[in-house]
Amino acid sequence: MSTTTPAAPTTKAAATKTTHRRVRLTDRARKERNLGWMLAGPAFFVMVAVTGYPILNAIWLSMFDYRLTDPGAKSFVGLGNYATILTDGLFWRQFGVTVIITVVTVAVELVLGFALAMVMHRALYLRTALRTAILVPYGIITVVSSYAWAYAFSSTYGFVNPTFGLGEFDWFGGTWSALFTVCVAEIWKTTPFMSLLLLAGLAQIPDDYLEAAKVDGAKAWQRVKRVILPNMKAAIMVALLFRTLDAFRIFDSVFIMTAGAQNTETLSFLAYRQTISRVMIGLGSAVSVILAILVVLIAVMFVKVFRTDLSQQRGDRK
Amino acid sequence: MLKRLAVLLLFASLLTGCGSDNNSSTTLSYFIADAAQADVAARCATESGGAYAFDIQRLPNNAAGGREQLLRRLAAQDRSLDIVSVDPPFMAEFANAGFLRPFTDSEKQEFSAGVLKGPLEQSTFRNTLFSAPLYGNTQLLWYRKSVLQKAGVDPAAGPVTWDQLIKGASQAGVTFAAQGRRNESLMVWVNALIASAGGSILAPGSENLPADQVKTGLDSPAGTAAVTVMHDLAVSPAAPAGFSTAGEEDSRAAFQEANGGFMVNWPYVWAAFDAAIKEGSLPANFKDDVGWAAYPRVEAGRESAPPSGGLGLSISAFSHRQDLAVQAIRCLASKQSQTEFMVSAGNPAALSSVFDDPKIREMFPMADQIREGMDTATPRPVSPYYGDVTGSIQTAFHPPDALNPQTTPREANSLLEDVLSNKRLI
Repeated sequence: MSTTTPAAPTTKAAATKTTHRRVRLTDRARKERNLGWMLAGPAFFVMVAVTGYPILNAIWLSMFDYRLTDPGAKSFVGLGNYATILTDGLFWRQFGVTVIITVVTVAVELVLGFALAMVMHRALYLRTALRTAILVPYGIITVVSSYAWAYAFSSTYGFVNPTFGLGEFDWFGGTWSALFTVCVAEIWKTTPFMSLLLLAGLAQIPDDYLEAAKVDGAKAWQRVKRVILPNMKAAIMVALLFRTLDAFRIFDSVFIMTAGAQNTETLSFLAYRQTISRVMIGLGSAVSVILAILVVLIAVMFVKVFRTDLSQQRGDRK
Repeated sequence: MLKRLAVLLLFASLLTGCGSDNNSSTTLSYFIADAAQADVAARCATESGGAYAFDIQRLPNNAAGGREQLLRRLAAQDRSLDIVSVDPPFMAEFANAGFLRPFTDSEKQEFSAGVLKGPLEQSTFRNTLFSAPLYGNTQLLWYRKSVLQKAGVDPAAGPVTWDQLIKGASQAGVTFAAQGRRNESLMVWVNALIASAGGSILAPGSENLPADQVKTGLDSPAGTAAVTVMHDLAVSPAAPAGFSTAGEEDSRAAFQEANGGFMVNWPYVWAAFDAAIKEGSLPANFKDDVGWAAYPRVEAGRESAPPSGGLGLSISAFSHRQDLAVQAIRCLASKQSQTEFMVSAGNPAALSSVFDDPKIREMFPMADQIREGMDTATPRPVSPYYGDVTGSIQTAFHPPDALNPQTTPREANSLLEDVLSNKRLI
């Protein structure tokens, strides 16, 4: 990361600068670095211990055929569990479902979140009340919001069908309609998070830019496209990264709303079923490891391909 | 520096405090699945005169959730578990893993005397009793008397088949509710249908084999017959809305509707009708229109094998108070307790003699039907790999309207065998 670079003017410049600054450090920089390690070191080692050990243990366990209720039959199978998973159509189908949910929810959330961020940013009256109201869904536990939406879409007690005159339409009876309800619940729940991140980006754009654009005769849409969006790129990327990683690991909503029926199971669900329901610790760990690798790949893709600079979000830039 | 050390010490003592066994030696932890168990426990504790007391812990209210919690805690050799309420199909899994204390021969004698066949069979694994039956359960066919004439079937007159009921309900324009939801209730239905057609999910004799040698009996005439019933009902006009997501309570809701006709469900619905009447959501005379009969047959000439459910009380193999736990179970599962439990929770006792109690006969006019059902019931497979079995069945037999009598049994068969031998995922 760009810990050695002081505030960089633009993302691109920051990226190039860090790669080329592998030259000797000044005394002061070295001392600062040492101090940094002393301050952050203990926390770093605790983090490694509490996250590193389970990760390594999961990798180790993933190479065994190991059922918790049949410990006597535990045997080493090497990469056999990975072969079973990757050659099973179920894995690929659930991968597909996970990707669909991720793409749909993140895309919709970005648009809605942006709109809400604009509203929060521009509101003249009742700012605090408005921000609180927008953030309420994010404060609700996912399990609770999932139940709320499951009841809302229920064909027996729900308000959705009577409101839209859909009769006894069974939302949870088909793959696409069930996925739709899951996406709605997810979007409702996490759009506030997206808008909060975007609001931070929005707040960083100096008003002068917008005023200058206005003076030059730029229309509202032009101001959004030419001034706001380019200046928010870093914030948007960080928001997208966080939400994509979150959405890819979706579990609660699916578990509560469909219990995985109608082919709505996601990859986390696959890990859950093997590890918790079947207590096949080896196979389940292998699924979890694959899921973790996919999550890391997504993160790398965002950081490398889209050049997302995480330091931008901390407000380093000024 | 000293201050910091003191804080550290305090913190360390707090940490060890969590791990130690703070309960007094006469307090038994009792994991219950039904709130009514707590009332019985309170009475038992009082009657014991201080010999034991209970620390009541509530398990999740769905079967799978309860299993997962117990499984995780027992696998971790959690010493804070003494008496646990085990849903019968999961008992074998726990027993095979050495999580449960087997009852001794004399205890087995004591706890199985007078117990009906269904509840007893599902509490026994390899001839050893691992659960003292607290209650049993079975499903009945419930019908609305007013629709019989239009439907052209009369369950009161003699046994009826699924086929007759589906056709009759469709003809009368009423619903026939069953549990098509993908959870344990689907497994209950599949097992009852296959057993009613004379088959079994696991091939006879393979229940005690290692996982990769278990043979299944789904690809058989019985498997085909079961799939045919499920599919026919799901696509018929008699299937209530949302059939593939309907659990027990949804079935009851469909049955209570104006176009309700038939339903297979557990006897708890009788007490639930009362509650709905009291609440005003059902007319006061609703129950006059409700009739009941034995679980429907798959083949006209073969007696049906109704579902078997219930709850057993087991003792954790890691408990330090096992003898005390046995003593407590003597009271918790006694005839008096089972009677009380049947009155308060509406769940049928496992002891045959409870059904002769005049108070029970008054509350449950269908008492004889329930007792008979529990004696002819076929439990779900008593297998140490039950989690895989039910998971595969729930995957292969869902959604019911998409099943195919030609292909589903074969696919289900290979899925279950592959899952058991770790070749496929569910």
